[in-house]
Amino acid sequence: MFRLIKDTLGSQCVTLWRVFMHAFAKTDTVEYPDVQPQMAARWRGRIILSRDPDGEERCVACNLCAVACPVDCIALQKAEDEEGRWYPEFFRINFSRCIMCGFCEEACPTNAIQLTPDFEMAEYVRQDMVWEKEDLLINGTGKYHDYNFYRIAGKKIAGKDKGEARNEEAPVNVRSLLP
Amino acid sequence: MSFEVGSALSIGAILFTVIIVAAMLIWVERRLLGLWQERLGPNRVGPFGLLQVVADMIKIFTKEDWVPPFADKFSFILAPPIIMVVILLSFSVIPFAPGVGVIDSDIGVLFVLAMASLGAYSVMLGGLSSNNKYALLGSLRAAAQMVSYEVFMGISLLGVVALAGSFNLREIVLSQSDGWFIIPQFVGFVIFLIAGIAESHRLPFDIPEAEQEIVAGYHTEYSGMKFGMFFVGEYLGVVLVSSLMVVLFFGGWLGPAFLPPIVWFVLKASFFIAFFVLLRAAIPRPRYDQLMNYGWLFLLPLSLLNLVLTGAYILWQEGL
Repeated sequence: MFRLIKDTLGSQCVTLWRVFMHAFAKTDTVEYPDVQPQMAARWRGRIILSRDPDGEERCVACNLCAVACPVDCIALQKAEDEEGRWYPEFFRINFSRCIMCGFCEEACPTNAIQLTPDFEMAEYVRQDMVWEKEDLLINGTGKYHDYNFYRIAGKKIAGKDKGEARNEEAPVNVRSLLP
Repeated sequence: MSFEVGSALSIGAILFTVIIVAAMLIWVERRLLGLWQERLGPNRVGPFGLLQVVADMIKIFTKEDWVPPFADKFSFILAPPIIMVVILLSFSVIPFAPGVGVIDSDIGVLFVLAMASLGAYSVMLGGLSSNNKYALLGSLRAAAQMVSYEVFMGISLLGVVALAGSFNLREIVLSQSDGWFIIPQFVGFVIFLIAGIAESHRLPFDIPEAEQEIVAGYHTEYSGMKFGMFFVGEYLGVVLVSSLMVVLFFGGWLGPAFLPPIVWFVLKASFFIAFFVLLRAAIPRPRYDQLMNYGWLFLLPLSLLNLVLTGAYILWQEGL
């Protein structure tokens, strides 16, 4: 009998008291339009295309992001400029399809495509959700400040020959190695 | 036109206040739930979100008032007003303060219990006429729950009636002037509280409309203002049970003289309304068989025991 009362009324009273004490706890709600929420730096929001420290586009139009994208929302076309650098002729992200999974960022070999903490992307017209390269490109380097693909990779471009990249040794003349 | 029991002014004021309070409870409940769940609740419409009720009302009045083609039309339309009417009728015997009330009935307690029993028709008709499996399940549960919890709801009140020597709620309040009945009748109060929650089918005993199991129970098929009547009827039930608890166990309008009697009544009733919301915020729903077992095997014997002990005490006081 005592146990029954303890198990029914007793534990219920403890529950009631504990829930009541929550009245004096701080509310978790952030009143969003009035107060901007503190977004984590790693939040996966609006996608941007970053530039390298020299101010050139990082994207080399390798298409890996478009391949990795599970909803096929990225479309781009490769082009090559007179310096020998590859760049996207157009780069188009359909944000009405994008699920902000971040696979494109992981796939990118040049840290060009990055996700940012911005999430305010609502539009009235669906077509406005399609962003072109001009909309996606930012002026800064994004999360990786020192990375410069063409200064590290062995690819030859105007003003940087083979062997002149950072930590790269000059090409070996294989014929000199012959016995 | 004077302000006394049964005057048109008194009746109008009580009807108006009770309905407004029941409607405002939609907002009160959401704010209080928010408070206890560390949220804010509705706070955008008007000051503190007070006009949320107006927005809800506009919405519910402009909703399509739809009767499903497979429903039994007559009883489908008849069901929702019943619960509103019987609960509003129950308020007629509640003494809010000296001079404030609709009627001074000598069978006040019996009248309230009778009206609560009639309320079961509302949920039974509503569920049955909807011709819907979930609604039928809900109304079966509601009928069984209300019928079984009415039994010891009545018995738990008999202790109070015996102590006061009257079924008249006004006299019950007056007889508490030298001590509230909560002290001698604590067991009766607990039983009445539990039965009252079950009667108004509020959480944790909202088994007839358990959303997670049976969609919305007996009012699954209802929409628009017909649903609104069930909804407001539930809140009216909360106000009624809170008022009854105040009248029967907490001395009604009695209190220190620095506040007028009606204010004491409102304060006490508000406390219990808030307690109802706290119950909803804190306690999970029991299983249906647990509810029935708990009622018949534990609360019924307990209330009978309480009645016997109260009777014995009164006889002992009178010296046999």
